[in-house]
Amino acid sequence: MRTTEPVEPEPTEPEPTGSEPVEALADDAPPAAGPVANLAACLVTAGVGGAGAVAAVGLGLGTPAQPGAGLWPLAVSVAVVVLSLTQAVVGRRGGDGEKFSRYSWLSLAGLATLLGLVALLPVIGFEIPALLLSLVWMKFLGGESWRSAVLYSVLVVGALYAVFVGALGTNVPHLF
Amino acid sequence: MESLQNVLAGFAVVLEPTNLLYCLVGVVIGMLIGVLPGLGPAATIAILLPLTYGVEPVTAIIMLAGIFYGAQYGGTITSVLLRLPGEASSVVTVLDGHALARQGRAGTALGVAAVGSFVGGTVAIIGLTFLAPLVAGFALDFGPPEYTALALLGILLVSTIASGARVKALIAAAIGLLLATIGRDAFTGAERFTFDNLSMADGIDFVPVAMGLFGLGEILYNLEERHRAVHAPGKIANVWPSRKDLKESSGAVTRGSVLGFFLGILPGGGATIASMAAYAAEKKRAKDPSRFGKGAIEGVAGPETANNAAATSSFIPLLTLGIPANATMALMFGALLIQGITPGPQLVTEHPELFWGVVNSMYIGNVLLLIMSIPLVGVFVRILRVRAAILAPVTALITMIGAYTINNSVFDVLLVVVFGAVGYLMKKFGFEPGPLVLAFVLGSLLESSLRRSLLMFDGSAAGFFTRPISATLLVVFVVVAVLPLVRSVRERRAAQNPAQDRSAQDRSAQDRSAQNREEESV
Repeated sequence: MRTTEPVEPEPTEPEPTGSEPVEALADDAPPAAGPVANLAACLVTAGVGGAGAVAAVGLGLGTPAQPGAGLWPLAVSVAVVVLSLTQAVVGRRGGDGEKFSRYSWLSLAGLATLLGLVALLPVIGFEIPALLLSLVWMKFLGGESWRSAVLYSVLVVGALYAVFVGALGTNVPHLF
Repeated sequence: MESLQNVLAGFAVVLEPTNLLYCLVGVVIGMLIGVLPGLGPAATIAILLPLTYGVEPVTAIIMLAGIFYGAQYGGTITSVLLRLPGEASSVVTVLDGHALARQGRAGTALGVAAVGSFVGGTVAIIGLTFLAPLVAGFALDFGPPEYTALALLGILLVSTIASGARVKALIAAAIGLLLATIGRDAFTGAERFTFDNLSMADGIDFVPVAMGLFGLGEILYNLEERHRAVHAPGKIANVWPSRKDLKESSGAVTRGSVLGFFLGILPGGGATIASMAAYAAEKKRAKDPSRFGKGAIEGVAGPETANNAAATSSFIPLLTLGIPANATMALMFGALLIQGITPGPQLVTEHPELFWGVVNSMYIGNVLLLIMSIPLVGVFVRILRVRAAILAPVTALITMIGAYTINNSVFDVLLVVVFGAVGYLMKKFGFEPGPLVLAFVLGSLLESSLRRSLLMFDGSAAGFFTRPISATLLVVFVVVAVLPLVRSVRERRAAQNPAQDRSAQDRSAQDRSAQNREEESV
């Protein structure tokens, strides 16, 4: 399998040598997201709950004996709001989640390529977008060499074509 | 007598060549993803859900089950060799497993783990065979109030027992319930939260949600985490455990089987908690606890047995009550719904071939896994040489094309990407996706049972307490909800009063560090 050594763009982490391996693993963990992230997340979820509650009231609540379409969504939305406000207080010191790092750009770039694939899929089929996505992920997000990125991308798209178009006969849009 | 016939008929189902093949495919995939750090069994099952549309229900579930328990075997390998747990349920195995590997006894650790896994899995299947029909028979009388209480309790337990921030898990669960209300209301026909979008009128499909939150969310997250490079290990020698090793670990295997079986049945339980509990139990009852962490074979045998037993027994609540006990079982629930089968107490009697086919496939799957994890372990270790940079686009593309094939709809693919982004953000902000998916799956059952119950009781919530089972379940619900509050108030009081017993504080500090480790594992 191995044709060339991968290009390592990132510095390698030092090997922890502690006697308690799991604690050593924990040392490696990214820093927690912090209080601001907690508050922001809670505001977002509380907002979702609030919007849900308003829309639910608009659907009609009915009575407990004859529940309308909005009663249950209202109950759940109120629960979301109450829990979110609770979490805003309980988690005010932060402590969970993970801080965004410079590597988070990799995930964002990955997401962008996926959206590109969704946009192009109905227009030109899956082969070319898939090939491009694979190249970007291997070369730029994964640090493979050009040679292995091109080679494996072509192989991967070929294999996907063989499985989804050839063997399974699915209706996924394809050019060829 | 009739049930014995059904058991035997189940074996006939498993031995059909297609089912045997899918069982093999399932356990091999499970083993592979267990070995590869990154994608867990829930993510893999989510990604492969579209594949199950084209096959028979029993075949589909046999394969998905194989992925689940196969991953428990595979997760051990990287824990022992690389100090990197492939699965959350193998985190504690790192402690003694890797210590053994550094003493040159990696083979012993892997061998004992494989034998323990086999025994634990098999004991749990036997337990499942006898216990499941009893539970199902008991649950046949359940009406809407019982289901309301059971679904509420299940969601609460999964949210609160899961590691990480409890309130955040509950928020995730509540949002899952809210998402489940999207679409046409079954009682009044009103369209809820559809924004006049035709694609939303029938509600959001379970599969894109699961594929996005578990599958793509995890793939996006791993893109960021990948710089923690993995180095492939060298050769492993002597995987066969000696008679002495087996004798030393036999007690731990026995205890792990029983502990794992019972912890697996509980909602919110499952393989991860079972392995942690088994490790703690072994350490507590050892004559010389200081050996633990330095290569005690019981520290490998106990947790590895327990996680397999629990993985198997967690099928019981799903197959008998229709209530998934954890996130992976929620995916199984979804897979069964896709096939037009609603899991519940009627499953054993209405679809005996499915029930017994799946249960009995686990015997075969465990034998296959034992063969793969002892003589073939070297083959699987080589998988670690495949670089994550190459695997990531492969899994992402399979997810995207797979999502399209569900309904031949680009909207579904877009949903997967949207939920993938949500899943990634949830991970970053400390929200568990598991409770959301579980609540989403149970949402319509919970709402319809609740509304039927309210109709039955003429709108009075007190009606739930007039029926013994729903009353008991709701009391348990309240206790589970209130207990952590009481505990945290008491802890705060203890912290304010420094004259109090120091040891209590030490203990809570230990608990906290254990919890941190647990969080680390997921």
